[in-house]
Amino acid sequence: MAAAEGGEVKLIGSWPSPFVLRARVALNLKGVEYEYLQEKPGPKSELLLRSNPVYKKIPVLLHHCKPVCESMIIVEYVDVVWAAATRAILPADPYERALHRFWAAYIDGKLFPSVVAIAKDEPKMAKVEAVEQLHTGIKLMEEAFERLSKGKGFFGGDAIGYLDIALGCFLGWFKVCEEVTGLKFLDEEKSPLLVGWAERFCSDEAVKDVMPENERLEEYTKLCRAFAAD
Amino acid sequence: MKAVVLLDFWASPFGQRCRIALAEKGVEYEYREENIHGDKSPLLLQSNPVYKKIPVLILDGKPVCESLIIVQYIDEAWPDRAPLLPADPYARAQARFWADFVDKKVRRCSPCVRSMSSIRNTAFLVPSNVFTHQVCESAKKLWTPKGEAQDAAKEEFIEILRLLEGELGDKKYFGGDAFGFVDIALVPFTTWFYSCETYAGFSVEEAVPKLVAWSKRCLERGSVAKSLYDPLEVYEFVKKIFG
Repeated sequence: MAAAEGGEVKLIGSWPSPFVLRARVALNLKGVEYEYLQEKPGPKSELLLRSNPVYKKIPVLLHHCKPVCESMIIVEYVDVVWAAATRAILPADPYERALHRFWAAYIDGKLFPSVVAIAKDEPKMAKVEAVEQLHTGIKLMEEAFERLSKGKGFFGGDAIGYLDIALGCFLGWFKVCEEVTGLKFLDEEKSPLLVGWAERFCSDEAVKDVMPENERLEEYTKLCRAFAAD
Repeated sequence: MKAVVLLDFWASPFGQRCRIALAEKGVEYEYREENIHGDKSPLLLQSNPVYKKIPVLILDGKPVCESLIIVQYIDEAWPDRAPLLPADPYARAQARFWADFVDKKVRRCSPCVRSMSSIRNTAFLVPSNVFTHQVCESAKKLWTPKGEAQDAAKEEFIEILRLLEGELGDKKYFGGDAFGFVDIALVPFTTWFYSCETYAGFSVEEAVPKLVAWSKRCLERGSVAKSLYDPLEVYEFVKKIFG
């Protein structure tokens, strides 16, 4: 385990959140020791409100008590601060970095709202539209994987990289969407590369102990939908 | 085709971010205006098949899309001069956070995110992020006739500007003494302030005087002055869209 670079590291999070998972995977990849502070259901903690007054959302990384917010910003921060610990999360080449950032932004902009709409039955987006958007998105990510992986196991090449983290942390939620709709989003026929990649990602040392189990996510989804219906 | 090409539209604040960044770095490039009232060029469609929007930076035939991603790319591709992001990792994270805040919040209220139904074909005006539905609803309120909805939108907009002013504090620029990423992300939207004030009936300078002073300092920089348009010219353009 890498030393905490002269300062304690804490992560404020919540177990179902794919965004929190991104931060945890990045920290695990770098072997950083950190204290995980699980937000309890109900009112947000004082620490969270103080650390992220703008959005009041998790994840928040606290390093030397200084907060870093927004999941992919946390991932980049961890990559740079613990650069010596292990291989880089972001590619070295500026153009490759731009492509990883582009697709991560696409995931947040297009895939995330579809997932929320399907899993939580959000009225903001019609289910039909959400399903179509998720199918389109996964097709695009399959093509992106073919181009960016260059025949290797991950978007980042030989090991998990920035875009692997951005997309991989939604895998549990894609399964929930499949449960909810009865449809297949990641399947052997239409997205064979991503199916293989998903198995590799989920079984990676940095991921397997922090990825929430499917049953737990499904229970959580049922509860959210029940609350929304009340 | 020159080595560096920017596909853009004159009034786009997102395109202007890229122009400012290229000018800061002293990079020569070919500017290509996209006709937003007509068909999108084959080059745009080929370079940005996902969103089909400007700006797109094409370097040696390789396209980069999304303005803040383009600005970071410009910073990393020309690392030997005029750094746009701070060297310190924590300061960099803060810069990224606030630039992202501008994207999430300020662009919501600007007229460039108006109803999709009326400007569906315009290459830059429809945002490509998740908040489209909320964005359009929010923008409609600011840009439509007086009433409770417009007042609420106005308050929300002023609150967002106040948050940014709070972050700026008494610094010369958002990053301190050096002009950089957050300044680039925000300054193009300042030329839309006059339009916002006129439509929604309030004074930005009264609400956030330090932010207005900062915008004037930015305009003293050659890179900014030559990339932005006069607020009155922007207002004429806005009137054409909104009537």
